[in-house]
Amino acid sequence: MFHAAAASAAWLVLIVLGMAALSMLWGGLPALRRFGFGFIFSTDWNPVTRQFGAGVAIYGTLVSSAIAMLLAVPVSFGIAVFLTEVAPARVRPVVAAAIELLAGVPSIIYGMWGLFVFVPVMSDTIEPWLTSSLGALPLVGPLFSGPPLGIGMLTAGIILGIMIIPFISSVMRDVFMLVPPQLREASFALGATRWEVVRKVVLPYTRTAVVGGVFLGLGRALGETMAVTFVLGNAHDFSLSLLMPGNSISAAIANEFTEADSDLYLSALIALGFLLFVVTFIVLAAAKLMLLRLARRDGRTS
Amino acid sequence: MSVAVPAAHAPGLIRRRKIVNLIGLTFAACATLFGLFWLVWILGTTLYFGFSALSPKLFTQMTPAPGASGGLLNALFGSAVMIVIGVVTGTPVGVMAGTWLAEYRHGTPIAGIIRFVNDILLSAPSIVIGLFVYELVVRTSGHFSGYAGGIALALILLPVVVRTSDETLRLIPVSLREATLALGAPRWRMVTAILWPAARTGITTGILLAVARISGETAPLLFTALNNQYWTANPANPMANIPVVIFQYALSPYEDWHSLAWAGALIMTLLVLTTSVLARAALKGKR
Amino acid sequence: MERPATMPNQDALDTLDAAVVVSPPVPKDTRIAIRNLDFFYGRNQALKAIDFDLPDRKVSAMIGPSGCGKSTLLRVLNRMYDLYPGQRATGTVMMDGQNLIDSDIDVSVLRSRIGMVFQKPTPFPMSVYDNVAFGVKLYEKLNKAAMDERVEWSLTRAALWPEVKDRLNASATGLSGGQQQRLCIARTIAVRPEVILLDEPTSALDPISTLKIEELIDELKDDFTIVIVTHNMQQAARCADRVAFFYLGEMVECGPASQIFTSPKQKRTQEYVTGRFG
Repeated sequence: MFHAAAASAAWLVLIVLGMAALSMLWGGLPALRRFGFGFIFSTDWNPVTRQFGAGVAIYGTLVSSAIAMLLAVPVSFGIAVFLTEVAPARVRPVVAAAIELLAGVPSIIYGMWGLFVFVPVMSDTIEPWLTSSLGALPLVGPLFSGPPLGIGMLTAGIILGIMIIPFISSVMRDVFMLVPPQLREASFALGATRWEVVRKVVLPYTRTAVVGGVFLGLGRALGETMAVTFVLGNAHDFSLSLLMPGNSISAAIANEFTEADSDLYLSALIALGFLLFVVTFIVLAAAKLMLLRLARRDGRTS
Repeated sequence: MSVAVPAAHAPGLIRRRKIVNLIGLTFAACATLFGLFWLVWILGTTLYFGFSALSPKLFTQMTPAPGASGGLLNALFGSAVMIVIGVVTGTPVGVMAGTWLAEYRHGTPIAGIIRFVNDILLSAPSIVIGLFVYELVVRTSGHFSGYAGGIALALILLPVVVRTSDETLRLIPVSLREATLALGAPRWRMVTAILWPAARTGITTGILLAVARISGETAPLLFTALNNQYWTANPANPMANIPVVIFQYALSPYEDWHSLAWAGALIMTLLVLTTSVLARAALKGKR
Repeated sequence: MERPATMPNQDALDTLDAAVVVSPPVPKDTRIAIRNLDFFYGRNQALKAIDFDLPDRKVSAMIGPSGCGKSTLLRVLNRMYDLYPGQRATGTVMMDGQNLIDSDIDVSVLRSRIGMVFQKPTPFPMSVYDNVAFGVKLYEKLNKAAMDERVEWSLTRAALWPEVKDRLNASATGLSGGQQQRLCIARTIAVRPEVILLDEPTSALDPISTLKIEELIDELKDDFTIVIVTHNMQQAARCADRVAFFYLGEMVECGPASQIFTSPKQKRTQEYVTGRFG
């Protein structure tokens, strides 16, 4: 009895994942069937004419996540290095707890703070400066052109980046601490500096797991909803400029789901959810596999 | 004065290495300051606007129509109801699943697969869970409801509880298990009478962390519980809740609503952070 | 009497003798002279007033029961204790007229002159070749040919060349335990230090690997001053020219290996070497 109950509870975990995927596929099927592969590439999203192409939302998800990773990966690495190599023993737990606090802040708070506090800063100061300094350059110029609205891809990417810093940095810190102390001592004994120990011994030793941590952060960034919905602008027109309003898969679902007035509209939004689910599943599974590899190697050698 | 440098050493190399080291470590310190800077800014803003919007009315009045004044009573109540539904349905399943993984199938391939899937659910986008529950409950029952919201929260809580129960139970020494079984106790008695009490702190910590997590979740409630401007104690109806109220009011053009959104944000943030800090403190105390 | 942690700068060991009246004189051919060394882990004193001389190009062994301070002393010599806050040393450790525990000593240069091999083999997660080249690159700028030559020289000296010459680009973690430890010795001598510290280098190895490393130590002492910490008294007897017995943070007795093992002057040394405790 007890065993059976426990077993079914565990199987439920698998069933939930499977059913989530199937139910979204089922719900999104009408839209996917109607638009085929064009659903992914078309940038034409118009509820009035019943045309639904997810191109703009997919592009927005990818670009805002890319900006987030550009910001979060180096900063998280720095924080992990600081916490494992630089900070005095007394400072470590305090800083670590503070960074974990950042991870605990609900994502909607990031979104609200972004809308009321950060967007004005972007539109008054940062974006005009970016436009005047980078906007005229060839190649990158178009990325930084347009009116400084504050709302847009760049703002969303930065906020996403801040959000995932604590996730990535805590994974990196944890795997850095898995490096056998003898290995670190041996490199110090050769006269290596702290930075050299990190770059040439700690990082090679933990490489796959560090990439795993980065992917974990990417999985979060791709699927994050509330932090970006406030500041993206819910635009359905494609724009190259990072300063212009955009959209993302999750923001489109959050903004439009309760307003969807036709079955096809609803189906298109669920199909978006299905795409998001598949992509994040792949990214998170890759992350998990890479993290497992380090754990396994540790199990073997020690 | 320093140790004599061996003649073979390349001139200036050590100096250059030390400069690189200094730059690297300075970068690390700056990155940390950068992270803390946002924490202070975001929390500071929330505290400042939240406390200026705080008033007793929040806890006595319902959410208002545009332009009118009001409070958050129905939303606070709705959030509480849905969190309770989430915990009551999700916790037993989570603890049982964790127990099965740790006690009955530890080390088997199927346990590995379930752990793997569970870890993915742990970081899966919460809006996807919302969509799933919409398909599962809202569409089949025909309307949004507090129950649907509670189920969505339960599904987010579930993987957290599974993981912490599994990990805590696995930390219990084999000798304790063998001692119990050697007395002739059946396995389920060993689990319920010995292992669960021994793992109590860890499991409770996991539940607290999960509560902190679901208290701040917004996306899965948007199209499950929806919102409700009026008081309802019946979870079969759409229910107001703090996160969705914050979402709708913050995006509105009305000052009064903004201020209510900040008050809600403050209450939610304090609740979430206090719960998670308590949970972590409990865990540290145990270790 | 407590003396200041740092000594005034002096040019030669003989002036040190004049300054420290109570300390024994430094014999000729001493590479490193330790005088009145105290060491603390926080409040716990782990070494008490150690006077010890490491003769040039000889093998000095430190023996004693666990926790006696022998490994601690080894880690003072290349300043490994710097890594851990709360650990500190006072006294003098003189090499070439420098007090090695002075705070203004450049530890990177110091560690290029005093290398260390640890109890557990510690191959870095990179190829065999890169392991050996790692330390060299920290100090010297060699072209490819010179680096190849240095790697071969080090691996040959470490008696590992024939076994790895065809797999220099393979990962070092794939070597056997004994090979890994010889690789670590090669990595250490590649930097061409003057002193090599060995911290129980064979305690994690099988008897055949142990024998190889003991033979290696015997060869290396022509060029390097070697300090070895060991639990194994036969090993100390086989390898060492001088042996020091440590007990509870003090150096009880020090002398030629033959004397320590056959006619120790102190009762505690005798009890230890005859296996009555420890």
